[in-house]
Amino acid sequence: MDIKVTINGVKKVFNADPGEKLLDLLRREGYKGAKRGCSTGDCGSCAVIINGKLVNSCLIFAGQADGHTITTIEAIGTVNEPHIIQRTFVEEGAVQCGFCTPGMILATKVLLDKEKDPTLTQIREALSGNLCRCTGYVKIENAVIRSAEKMRSE
Amino acid sequence: MFKEVNHSRLKVDGLSLAAGKALFVDDMDFRELLIVKFMKSPHAHAEILSIDTSAAEAFPGVHAVIHHGNTPRIPHTTAGQGHPEPSPYDTYMFDKKVRYVGDPVAAVAADTAEIALEAIKLIKVEYKELEAVLSIADASKPGVPVIHDEEDSFGIYDREKNLAGHVDVKVGDVEKALADSEFTVEYEIETHYSQHTPIEPHICISYLEEKGRLVIRTSTQVPFHVRRICAKVLEMPEKNIRVVKPRIGGGFGTKQEVYLEYYAGMITKLTGRPAKIELTREEEFISRTRHPMAVKVKLGANGDGMLNAVEMDVISNTGAYGSHALTVMFNAGSKCLPLYGAKNVRFNGSTVYTNLPVAGAYRGYGATQGYACLEQAMDILAEKLKMCPVQLRKINHIKKDETSPIFAALGEGKEGVPQFIKSTALSEIIEWGEEGLNWSDTKPHTEKTGRIRRGKGMAIFMQGSGIPLVDMASASIKINDDGSFNLNVGATDLGTGSDTVLSQIAAEALETTTDNIIIYSSDTDMTPFDVGAYASSTTYISGGAVKVTGEEVLKQIRMVAADMLKCSREEIELKNSIATSKKDGKTKTYGDIAKYALYINNQFQIGYIGSHISPVSPPPFMGVFTEIEVDTWTGKIEIIKYMCGVDCGTAINPKLAEGQVEGAVVNGLSYALTEGYLFNKKGKMMNGSFQDYKIYNIEDVQGLEIKLFSTFEPSGPFGAKSVSEIGINGPIPAIANALYNAVGVRAVRFPMKPEYILELMEK
Repeated sequence: MDIKVTINGVKKVFNADPGEKLLDLLRREGYKGAKRGCSTGDCGSCAVIINGKLVNSCLIFAGQADGHTITTIEAIGTVNEPHIIQRTFVEEGAVQCGFCTPGMILATKVLLDKEKDPTLTQIREALSGNLCRCTGYVKIENAVIRSAEKMRSE
Repeated sequence: MFKEVNHSRLKVDGLSLAAGKALFVDDMDFRELLIVKFMKSPHAHAEILSIDTSAAEAFPGVHAVIHHGNTPRIPHTTAGQGHPEPSPYDTYMFDKKVRYVGDPVAAVAADTAEIALEAIKLIKVEYKELEAVLSIADASKPGVPVIHDEEDSFGIYDREKNLAGHVDVKVGDVEKALADSEFTVEYEIETHYSQHTPIEPHICISYLEEKGRLVIRTSTQVPFHVRRICAKVLEMPEKNIRVVKPRIGGGFGTKQEVYLEYYAGMITKLTGRPAKIELTREEEFISRTRHPMAVKVKLGANGDGMLNAVEMDVISNTGAYGSHALTVMFNAGSKCLPLYGAKNVRFNGSTVYTNLPVAGAYRGYGATQGYACLEQAMDILAEKLKMCPVQLRKINHIKKDETSPIFAALGEGKEGVPQFIKSTALSEIIEWGEEGLNWSDTKPHTEKTGRIRRGKGMAIFMQGSGIPLVDMASASIKINDDGSFNLNVGATDLGTGSDTVLSQIAAEALETTTDNIIIYSSDTDMTPFDVGAYASSTTYISGGAVKVTGEEVLKQIRMVAADMLKCSREEIELKNSIATSKKDGKTKTYGDIAKYALYINNQFQIGYIGSHISPVSPPPFMGVFTEIEVDTWTGKIEIIKYMCGVDCGTAINPKLAEGQVEGAVVNGLSYALTEGYLFNKKGKMMNGSFQDYKIYNIEDVQGLEIKLFSTFEPSGPFGAKSVSEIGINGPIPAIANALYNAVGVRAVRFPMKPEYILELMEK
């Protein structure tokens, strides 16, 4: 079946099996920044943004994305031109193995697009669906706070 | 003092990871890739009477089915340790017997995962169920079934008693010392199963390169051990195998195991096609785990609080196979007992087989389990002595220039090496915690009332830095035309930041900046040997190799510069990638020097491969001071404050070092308070998902205060010791001590979930 999406600002048509999960389609099509950590929607490493909301791509069928707008980590910034959030995550030491990082950064992006000056509770709630086993979350929380500060002063 | 180390340089692969780019195992596409799935044992202990795979083999899309009948039978250990591994050779690619629920019975390689899973349903296996051993207590009872009754395994201490390993080490006369002591304590606990849960589960892809050699791209901490163990199990020469470690999505010890790569290699050997094995999260939970341990500690002291005797008895549960069976158990003694200066010490350890999931290396490596008991026993002793528990630690803990007979008596699976403490900030850490938590205001539990009760607890710890005289690391450095350097290391960055830390060490040694270092790790064809990332060794041992290599390369740079600047080597000053002649002030950049050496005169490649081992394993030290709230209606424990001070020598990269401690502490808190395995009566793990096995998320973390205390370890690179493991040891004993201080109950089983705390309070 054909699936029409706007992905990272580009209109594309993908062919997918009816039972195929969006994560599998994305990875097959080269969007490798979405990672597979559990396949049950519990770890958030496969998160992408669909119509402005954070979605675990392992939980939905590719067909459910038809007609929608998808943003993956690849569109947030690059190594040479990183987004403030990406740069801040690195500066704050919030990246260790980096496997959960794309999901964390997308969760942060969705939060900061809505809330310019989020409370600690809002930050924790926004990132509560993204598991990290390396950092202990301390530096991730700092990175979100710092990102918000920097984005406000832009 | 330092220009590159001891500064929080940005993680060298950080931006690439943040951009979703740095390549993990599964981020490369392979044509004709086969997906491998396992058929797993439904029984905890059974003989396979027959296996019929014909229908599976005939299923369209299936390309290979392997099982005990058509694969080599090579006894080996999956413990990715140095050769010869100190773990029993009791594991086979497949066996005629299954020893835990989940033990691989067969593997199917097919075009898709769905086809492989369908084909597995067509395999007919006839089992003869055997009585299963499902607890430490049952493992060595008379008449229990023997789990490893096969004839060709070896290195098992006493198979009739299901004993994988055993040790009994005595220093002085503990029995007499205990009998002579005015105050004694005997305390016993049992720690629990838990899993590392790296967010990237185990994964590997094997394929044949253009010359027909087998390449294994794998999420591992030990690429060189993967090559050696796969060569053995696949009956191939090591020269025909290349192991590549790309970016790794966390390991914490579980990727020190070599148990998937050879299945993928076997499929590629048979089919000529690339083969991928990716564990599901459920499979990850029964892949490798932390050794649960029954730990008993006896302490004897005089009225002044000076310890006369320390005895530790450990029974460790290695599950169905003896991966790290001996060494994790040894470390419960060797990493705990030297902390206190008693003259009479005994360590009696056994590791038993059970028909439960296989244990292995896990951050903390036995020390976590040992301290869970020892540091509670110290508090009990303090109470008996009517002495402040902080004071009891202060007068007994090991200090600078002191030694412990345990260092020499007990190593990793064998005798250790004698060593003296040359760097420690433990005394300062204890003072910091005492003050920060207002320890002098601590009231006993008998003075506490009300529904919510607060309690304070503390504990102290040490770990090691690599395995002395065993762990070897090497590094190669060469200069490029522009004066940059390639640094190739076998050291394995699995997310820890070692690529960054090692680049900083190289830059410091080479009198250049970290951004001039291009690091590559780790690949058995391309990088020199390193034992891998375990035993808290990378910064200390691999860092040592990088430092000596950098220093040798610097000598060559100096020699060429002297030639170019027409002065003696002694007259050359090297700083910030520039050589200056002290004679006339003329300068040459490292780029000029590299081009001169490569193209102009007496041409040669400036470069060197250096190696390093250490005769000692200097311990990092840690003190934990915590305040908790216990809800006496629900049994729930809340952390109010968790202060953790760590002495890791020179922190090569303070921000990354803090991150190691924070990660280890939160992993430990989760282990202490929420993580645990639920087994059914037949030994099947029932909660293998993140929904049913709770690891901490960001909302669970509160009150952390982590502080690094700087010391200078003379044997370490630029004064560094290890940092990555020690933090996980803290939560169980510190919180258990705080629990007692709050409500007067002692936790002897874990995790300390609300229902258990309520149960303790009701007794």
